[in-house]
Amino acid sequence: MNAPDPAERGAHGGVTPGHFFGHGLPYVSINDYPGKIIAIEGTDGVGRTTQIRLLREWLEVRGYGVVETGWTRSPLMAPTIELAKSSNTLNKLTFVLLYACDFADRLEKEIIPALKAGFIVLADRYIYTAIARAGVRGVDSQWIRRLYGFAIAPHLVFYLKIDADALARRVLQEGGMSYWESGMDMKSGDDIYDSFRTYQRSLLKEYAAMSDEFGFRLLEGRKSINAIQEELRRQVGEFLEGEDAAAVVRT
Amino acid sequence: MVEGIDGSGKTTQLSLLAKWLTASGRRVFVTEWNSSALVKAATKAGKKQNALTPMTFSLLHATDFADRLLYKIVPPLKAGMIVLADRYAYTAFARDVARGVDRQWVRDLYSFAVKPDLSVYFRVPIDVSLDRLLARRVKLKFYEAGLDMGWSANATESFRIFQSKVLDEYDRIVDEYGLSVIDASRSITEQQRHLRDLAGALLETPQP
Repeated sequence: MNAPDPAERGAHGGVTPGHFFGHGLPYVSINDYPGKIIAIEGTDGVGRTTQIRLLREWLEVRGYGVVETGWTRSPLMAPTIELAKSSNTLNKLTFVLLYACDFADRLEKEIIPALKAGFIVLADRYIYTAIARAGVRGVDSQWIRRLYGFAIAPHLVFYLKIDADALARRVLQEGGMSYWESGMDMKSGDDIYDSFRTYQRSLLKEYAAMSDEFGFRLLEGRKSINAIQEELRRQVGEFLEGEDAAAVVRT
Repeated sequence: MVEGIDGSGKTTQLSLLAKWLTASGRRVFVTEWNSSALVKAATKAGKKQNALTPMTFSLLHATDFADRLLYKIVPPLKAGMIVLADRYAYTAFARDVARGVDRQWVRDLYSFAVKPDLSVYFRVPIDVSLDRLLARRVKLKFYEAGLDMGWSANATESFRIFQSKVLDEYDRIVDEYGLSVIDASRSITEQQRHLRDLAGALLETPQP
């Protein structure tokens, strides 16, 4: 697969947070919107959702308005995606495009209005999930990056890092492996445990490859919930203090 | 593959071409824009609530196209059949850009499409297409008339504004991708003769 050229690199690789990664939505102006996007990435079962819930609580106590957005939760697309998943007719391109459509819907209807109104948008997964899943399925890496050119570069991206074995144990403890989380659509075999590990390993590889490109801040996923949350709050707090100070200077 | 705005007569022309090809012993498969079962539900729901943005509209059509490419376009091609497509990626290039989506972005998006062997564009003035649609008592639909863009509350007026932007994009596409142009204001028979000449020339050329 081709490495993306530097001009197309994201977050800290050339694109200013809060701006579009590339082409896509010339009809939407997002200049100088006061809100911030904080994305939490990581594979299934790594504990993203718990961390977001705790972080939201903390931010709200400190007086910040918070909006959450999650993957495949748009009212427009969620039913279709569920239907498509259950009917087994998805191929790698339609899979990728349905997710992109879901993201576009949430971007225009939830994320951009929230940024405009000055909210902090906590994104449970962001475009990196889509890029990782597409990469594992052999979709061209340049194409998928251009596709998501209409996305807005987040201000912070945290990546909850974990190895496939630890992840397998955690997922099994919490209710078991699902068809899609195990990449069973890739038909690498009938054994769901082996498939889960193979699939998650390749996903982790994709995330690792994006880490520098998009400026991920790594959080050690094997640490306790509290330890991770503490680190998360420290870094988010630092960032927001800097932003608030800059805002005071501007006014 | 035929292109043209609503009311350009391209569907009529394509079905006449299919008749001719079938009669001459060719196996033909016809596929229409935005017809896959996969995205029908979302498109329908989105249209009903008028909830589609130019971007989600564009991505839904691309999903539909990707689905049809896999199930409806590539298999007949592999089987040596002639695939007749009523609209192709160029429709997206024209309509999505007219709605404000980035021109380069939508071209990159469709880079997975198979390049057609013959692309024909039925060029027609807006007034002719409007007359044809209204004569058939077609009620101009919300998105087809571009009413989602809020250019005009009047469906006919909005159609005119939207389709004139679409026509401008098609003109650009004709040059960029070398589409063959048929004058769609001429008689049906004349147009069909022209189309059969184009298709005949292609089919007589030995395929590598």
